[in-house]
Amino acid sequence: MGALNELQYRINLWIQLFNSALALGTGLVAIAVVYAHTETLEGWSAAELLAVLGVHLLIGGFLKTFVVPNMWRLIQDVEEGTLDYTLTRPADSQLLVSVREVSIWSVIDVPLGVGVIIWAMSEMTADVTPIGVAGFLVALMCGAAIIYSIWLAVVTIAFKAINIGDLMQILNGVYEAGRWPVSIYPLWLRGSLTVLVPLAFAITVPAEIITNRINWWWLAAGVAVTVAALFVCRLVWRWGIRNYSGASV
Amino acid sequence: MRIGFQREIQYRTRAFLMLFGFMVEPIIYLAVWTSVAEAQGGQIAGLASGTLAAYYIVWTLVRVFNLAFAPDAWEWRIRRGRMNEFLSQPIHPFHRDFTMFAGGKFVFTLLWIPVAFFLTVLFDPVFEWAVINVVGFVLAIWGGFAVRFVMLYLLGMINFWTTRGSAVFGIFIASELILSGRLVPLELMPDWVESLAAWLPFKWTFQFPIDTLIGRLDPAEIVTGIGMQALWAVGVGVIFALVWKRAIRRYGAVGN
Repeated sequence: MGALNELQYRINLWIQLFNSALALGTGLVAIAVVYAHTETLEGWSAAELLAVLGVHLLIGGFLKTFVVPNMWRLIQDVEEGTLDYTLTRPADSQLLVSVREVSIWSVIDVPLGVGVIIWAMSEMTADVTPIGVAGFLVALMCGAAIIYSIWLAVVTIAFKAINIGDLMQILNGVYEAGRWPVSIYPLWLRGSLTVLVPLAFAITVPAEIITNRINWWWLAAGVAVTVAALFVCRLVWRWGIRNYSGASV
Repeated sequence: MRIGFQREIQYRTRAFLMLFGFMVEPIIYLAVWTSVAEAQGGQIAGLASGTLAAYYIVWTLVRVFNLAFAPDAWEWRIRRGRMNEFLSQPIHPFHRDFTMFAGGKFVFTLLWIPVAFFLTVLFDPVFEWAVINVVGFVLAIWGGFAVRFVMLYLLGMINFWTTRGSAVFGIFIASELILSGRLVPLELMPDWVESLAAWLPFKWTFQFPIDTLIGRLDPAEIVTGIGMQALWAVGVGVIFALVWKRAIRRYGAVGN
């Protein structure tokens, strides 16, 4: 039985690998088509866009592995009334609902993203400095924290109004916007992606650091935005819990 | 069909948010291609930026119009034993699903109008209207829906044989993205991709209705396109009918 289980999971691994390769492939096709018609896109070269794609994959892998499965579990618990079991525990409820589920095979996108970033670096022959790498890692962690905050806050607010599947689809659609550097978007959209849904800091800024395009002030701004996002998410969560009356009334 | 209509009317917030969700994707493409077009002096491969804007605005309508019964949903139906309820009804589930989805399209079209207005203000599209384009479009968009619906329905049949159909669906969606004109108008693809696409069904479900409405096709091309849609719909429909019989036989075998 255990062996059977393992086998089943291995097939899931292959399917996940296949789907990731497919997603990477279509991303590469899109970049190839764009650069068949132009040399630079708002100052971004093909190799630099490859780095953006890599960061997008990497953060997306984190999202699918650690964040999204917990959101599904959270909604399921609210619907079935089992969230009470979590709320009555002594530890912090936000922490608890955020670390219960892991969708392990989706983690493949993380090394895949790293691979794409390394590939992009070798195409660019850019100088990789220790400071650049350190800044990149800081920016990545900020990106992960921002993404987590957005998802949890939106789910906490919106699950009553919208079916969770549709909600996830919409958030996914918005996340797709991060595949391209935000500077190519029209001003209103760039503004919303910087302030409202700070994908700019989650994806574009790390990619800018690793490709040596960065003005370091952006990293500082990114850290500030991360702190703000975590704080807002915290407030929203507490608000959500206060308004949650549980199933046992 | 009426049920589908009522369902979407009832959940109009949902329908509206779905439209909003679908808007993100074309806006991304549009932004990318507009900035490429501007860098190239206003047009790429003969497409002016106004035409590109028109293309992606109609894109949103065709996208929601094309929504069809997802092949993965068959897995759920089969696993939960919901198939029995379909099989015991006097009409074929195909009719039920098809009309259900078709009914929802009227609501989507109504909701699309403000979205299109919003995008028009933002992106300045250029349409070349003529009566034939509008009439052709009404036929072409239903034709595209029909072709895509039977294709996905046929694909859903895979679930009667395996529980790992998602890899096949992945390939289908990726090919569709590239070969239908959803990612970019096919003119911007390399020539061999463009000629390959003419032999596959995807283009007829997506780029053809769009091109019809924005006025890039002459009457002869519109008629040919609708003919191609009919050909694909009937061809795939016949295959589906054959596969369906075997699928049902197989389902009985598993269900006992």
